[in-house]
Amino acid sequence: MIRTLFCTAACVLTLASCQSTAKKLPIIGEREVVQKEIDGKMVTDTIYPAIPSFEFLNQDSVMLSDKFFDNKIYVANFFFTHCPSICPTMQRNLLKAYEKYKNDKRIAFLSHSIDFKYDQPHVLKSYATKLGVDNDQWQFVNGSKAAIYGLSDKYLVFTKEDPNVPGGYDHSGYLVLIDHDKRIRGAYDGTNNEEVEKLLTDIDILLQEYK
Amino acid sequence: MRLLNIFAILGMTILSLAHLASCHSNLNIETAQYAVNGQKLYMTNCQNCHGAKGEGLGKLYPPLTDAKFFEENRAQLSCIVRNGMQGEITVNGQTFNEKMPANPQLSELDIAYILTYITTNFAKSDSIYSHEEVQKALKDCK
Repeated sequence: MIRTLFCTAACVLTLASCQSTAKKLPIIGEREVVQKEIDGKMVTDTIYPAIPSFEFLNQDSVMLSDKFFDNKIYVANFFFTHCPSICPTMQRNLLKAYEKYKNDKRIAFLSHSIDFKYDQPHVLKSYATKLGVDNDQWQFVNGSKAAIYGLSDKYLVFTKEDPNVPGGYDHSGYLVLIDHDKRIRGAYDGTNNEEVEKLLTDIDILLQEYK
Repeated sequence: MRLLNIFAILGMTILSLAHLASCHSNLNIETAQYAVNGQKLYMTNCQNCHGAKGEGLGKLYPPLTDAKFFEENRAQLSCIVRNGMQGEITVNGQTFNEKMPANPQLSELDIAYILTYITTNFAKSDSIYSHEEVQKALKDCK
């Protein structure tokens, strides 16, 4: 009896120590389990949701696609330049991450404008420059309403055109952390200081996966 | 029970006032009271763009730390808070040119609270913006 107890304790201890050294971020979203045939055998496979391919005009009027983010992790969000509500706080916080990892090729940043009418490339360029972004590590993009709003669903971020809210667009202020396989590994409220701190910690944890 | 609550609230108010006054030994109690009220309003209406410490954001939104700007534009400040502003301004030697939205939801007294909070906290001034001063300034807005 005592021996069993010891055994259990040892097992628990080993497990606990193991988890603390190799912490891994979860993969977020509904996973799909599929049966497929490989070499005549039925195999069960799990498919995780991922950000589909995309193509948008960026702040330099150049087409930017998902290829830009290959072999990088990135943080994505949705905003608009003359947003009077949550965006300034969200962008101030994302700027902290940008400055921390500036010139680190393993990570990039992507802000989608949800004001498809007003935020033309030159408006985004001026905004980015004034915010303090002076390299291509943080991309600002604009596209058709269908494309941007459709993609925001994939990032699990709520966006909506709404004349009843200040600025005319309603959206949530999440900063979404994406891995090399374009899967969501974390979502953080960009207006909450504690969650932004957690994002910075989680970026380091995710980078460890690609050492 | 209710009495206890009132005492607790009263105690907390006195404590926070005393705290503010002690940080800023030259603030009189009325100025400190205005600043405490202004802090709450600042957080809801101004902090998004201008930051928790009045630091602004890059070259997009100006900081609220330029005591000289506040002095030279004292009457104009009430109008800026109420009606927003457009066009180029220079703050701390840096040029800014973004549109600031209007704040029609803020009362004259709210504006007095906010301006007192901003100038005493971020620009280390010790003077109050009284309700009357804001009232008069708003009448003369261009």
